[in-house]
Amino acid sequence: MAVETAGSISLPRTKTRSELMTQRLAAARWFLLPMLVALAIVAGWPLLRSIWFSFTDAKLNTLYSAEWIGFGNYLRWQTLSSGAIRWRGVLADPDWWNAVWNTLRFAFISVSLEAVLGMIVALVLNAEFRGRGIVRAAILIPWAIPTIVSAKMWSWMLNDQLGIINDLLMKLGLISQKIAWTASTDTAMTAVLIVDVWKTTPFMALLILAGLQMIPKDVYEAARVDGVHPVKVFFRVTLPLVRPALMVAIIFRLLDAMRIFALIYGLTPNPKATKTMSVLSQENLFQFDNFAEGSTQSTLLFVIIAVLTALYIWLGRVNFDAEGK
Amino acid sequence: MAHIQLKNIRKSFGMVDVIKGVDLEVHSGEFMVFVGPSGCGKSTLLRLLAGLEDITSGEMTFDGQLVNALAPSKRGIAMVFQSYALYPHMTVYENMAFGMQLAKSSKEAIRERVERAAEMLQITPYLNRLPKQLSGGQRQRVAIGRAIVRDPKVFLFDEPLSNLDAALRVATRLEIAKLHHQMTGSTMIYVTHDQVEAMTLADRICVLRDGLIEQVGTPLELYDNPQSMFVAGFIGSPKMNFLNGQIAEGFGANTIGIRSEHIEVSDREGSWKGKVVHSENLGSDTYVYVDIGAGEPVIVRQEGKSMHQPDEPISIAPIPDKIHRFDKAGKPLRH
Amino acid sequence: MNAWAITKRASFYLLVLVIVVFAVFPFYYAILTSFKSGSDLFRITYWPESISLQNYINVLGVGSFPRNFLNSVFVASITVLLALFLAVTASFALARVRFRGRGLLLMTILGVSMFPQIAVLAGLFELIRFIGIYNTPWALIFSYTIFTLPFTVWVLTTFMRDLPIEIEEAAIVDGANPWIIITRVFLPLMWPALVTTGLLAFIGAWNEFLFALTFTISNDTRTVPVAIALLSGGTQHEIPWGSIMAASVIVTVPLVVLVLIFQRKIVSGLTAGGVKG
Repeated sequence: MAVETAGSISLPRTKTRSELMTQRLAAARWFLLPMLVALAIVAGWPLLRSIWFSFTDAKLNTLYSAEWIGFGNYLRWQTLSSGAIRWRGVLADPDWWNAVWNTLRFAFISVSLEAVLGMIVALVLNAEFRGRGIVRAAILIPWAIPTIVSAKMWSWMLNDQLGIINDLLMKLGLISQKIAWTASTDTAMTAVLIVDVWKTTPFMALLILAGLQMIPKDVYEAARVDGVHPVKVFFRVTLPLVRPALMVAIIFRLLDAMRIFALIYGLTPNPKATKTMSVLSQENLFQFDNFAEGSTQSTLLFVIIAVLTALYIWLGRVNFDAEGK
Repeated sequence: MAHIQLKNIRKSFGMVDVIKGVDLEVHSGEFMVFVGPSGCGKSTLLRLLAGLEDITSGEMTFDGQLVNALAPSKRGIAMVFQSYALYPHMTVYENMAFGMQLAKSSKEAIRERVERAAEMLQITPYLNRLPKQLSGGQRQRVAIGRAIVRDPKVFLFDEPLSNLDAALRVATRLEIAKLHHQMTGSTMIYVTHDQVEAMTLADRICVLRDGLIEQVGTPLELYDNPQSMFVAGFIGSPKMNFLNGQIAEGFGANTIGIRSEHIEVSDREGSWKGKVVHSENLGSDTYVYVDIGAGEPVIVRQEGKSMHQPDEPISIAPIPDKIHRFDKAGKPLRH
Repeated sequence: MNAWAITKRASFYLLVLVIVVFAVFPFYYAILTSFKSGSDLFRITYWPESISLQNYINVLGVGSFPRNFLNSVFVASITVLLALFLAVTASFALARVRFRGRGLLLMTILGVSMFPQIAVLAGLFELIRFIGIYNTPWALIFSYTIFTLPFTVWVLTTFMRDLPIEIEEAAIVDGANPWIIITRVFLPLMWPALVTTGLLAFIGAWNEFLFALTFTISNDTRTVPVAIALLSGGTQHEIPWGSIMAASVIVTVPLVVLVLIFQRKIVSGLTAGGVKG
């Protein structure tokens, strides 16, 4: 992630600054101002407010008269008359930890699958063959379809009675009974994973493809002249060279996967097995009127992602420093 | 017309000093060439003159007016870039008219100046074309035309011929020389690493090395009286022959220099005996490489065609008053 | 060609076939379903047998779907135009003027695009209600800026960096100030990048679900993704699959067409933002 520009006019460390520099710096300030103000209003302030709400007892109707209760929403305890201590708060809520577990499970499995499958698709697209254009167009289709629409389309295909997937599997003799993909706890997560892989592998494939295309062709030709086995070429040559692009794609996707909402909402509205942090938070905020609790959950999610993002940026900078950029 | 004065100009990029103290005067209407090896700072100096970079310290005046803080468009300069820098989406006419349009000149004034410049450079037929429809040489002429339209006091050229092929380079060099004769009021500053361009175009040459001026003078002054071994070796092609050791001591110097055109094949008094290593026949001249046991082969220029076989014994004699003597520091010794 | 080479070839093309079928089938099947009506829906078929437009008539004629479609178009377009306008100037500053803290600022903008939308939902909700734009398209245009703006800034900055420095310097010598440089020199050269970025941002805005679900509550202010999610039949348990598929097709076909037309540009735009960035 190089942020040094090869071709920009530099700022001197002198006391006398020419008109030109003054003019450019002033222009830069005016150009950045609207964007920064917009971001502050649309992102900065709401974020701070949301975090603030998590420290209050706000309800949808009492947003402005909410009172500060510190970390109470996060973790608090009550001593019962029997002397036992009962923990309350999001951090003690099994539903929350279930959601965290679902989110992590989903994120790691989906990103792993998408990385591997994306790599395969990228390798295919990197090869030169007739019809390559068709393949590229074909994989853009899942990406272009809105998430919620994909959820509905697959809902239909995975429908236990009328779904074509069950029909196909039964015809092929792979299952003996129709599976309730989206309703049953065992298979709900699998269903979500299938749809997410379908939808997101193209994006991963394209990012990896860009990395693959930066590898000079003569490296492969040299390997071929040396008679190296293709599989070995992949692991010893291709993979190391495509690693930066792959890492960027993976971490990007990981962060994205942690935030998932629409797919779960549209595909599996209820089962405990797929409720992720975003879904839980939204429910609490707007469906169950546990506004403060929902804010707490969203803030926790934010913290997790902020930490991961900082890691991503740090890794990116370190990565590129090492590559000598 | 502008008299330019540079007083103790320094330029640093962060911790790196690129220009380390340059004092220079460019006379009004003069064609001054900055020449030197890569990294000597010649392009940087040009950009300082243009105002595209800030001066770290020192004073720069045009006609007595301090211009350090002035924006490029206020200095009365025009610049011709190495890569032409034409606006790709504008026609030739629009490229040349852009500056005047920004200055809110009238349509008639613009038309008059653009057409006159196009006439001068013979690019009138291309006025309605886009840069991508032109050849390299034509694009360069448009770039020069754009500079002319600005009616500047100072023309700045940043290695304008480097992107052209050899034949085109010679032709465009001629155009630039003609331009200088036609526009006798404009000071022109030209940057190149090619000493042939320097010798042929310049009224005066400024040789730069490592951020400092080595010597300033007319081409012939630099040729006849180089003030250092560096300048002696830089100007003139092929490079001046340098000999040290016994031969040099015989002349009372640490090193002597003699140009290949000042050595003759002869065995008269004071000649050096050696063997032919290689000979290059160019049709008009022959360059003979002779090993006289003093390190690098000495290059001797002979007019016309002459046949020398490798390993042939040969005697060569320098013309006595063309020998340059240098001390240990590379400075010339006076007779 | 020996047997091994033929097998390799064949399995490669088989892989290609699998990929293409897997990618396209759900879409194909949705189209297929949308042309079925009534009891036909209860029969599972793999190939088209009869075409019926009943579902489309249902979706387009009754209810607020056409209105929702227009809402989506309106919201996505305005969001993108707004973001592009703010981003063009910002990206010039970020790409071409060196100033202290520039790297940090770029990182911050990248960071904002990583926000989980849920984290700002509560605060945005309060703000939107306060401004009085709740349940209007403006609520969505307002909130969508949180992801369209950083994205367009990031991608446009990458494109701006690639413009040659000499053209800018020639313009400076000609007397152009930064605004002129942007509008008369850079913008004409960048419009393919603007189209690509705009298209990608449009798709993102069109697609958005969480904010649309939260900030609009009446049928005629909703956008298409929410409308589809909430399509319900006459009774609690009757899911109008036919209508849902028809609605899906209506929503998706324009997008797919756009994406196929601008394929190359989209691919380069995605990778510019992803790999180079």
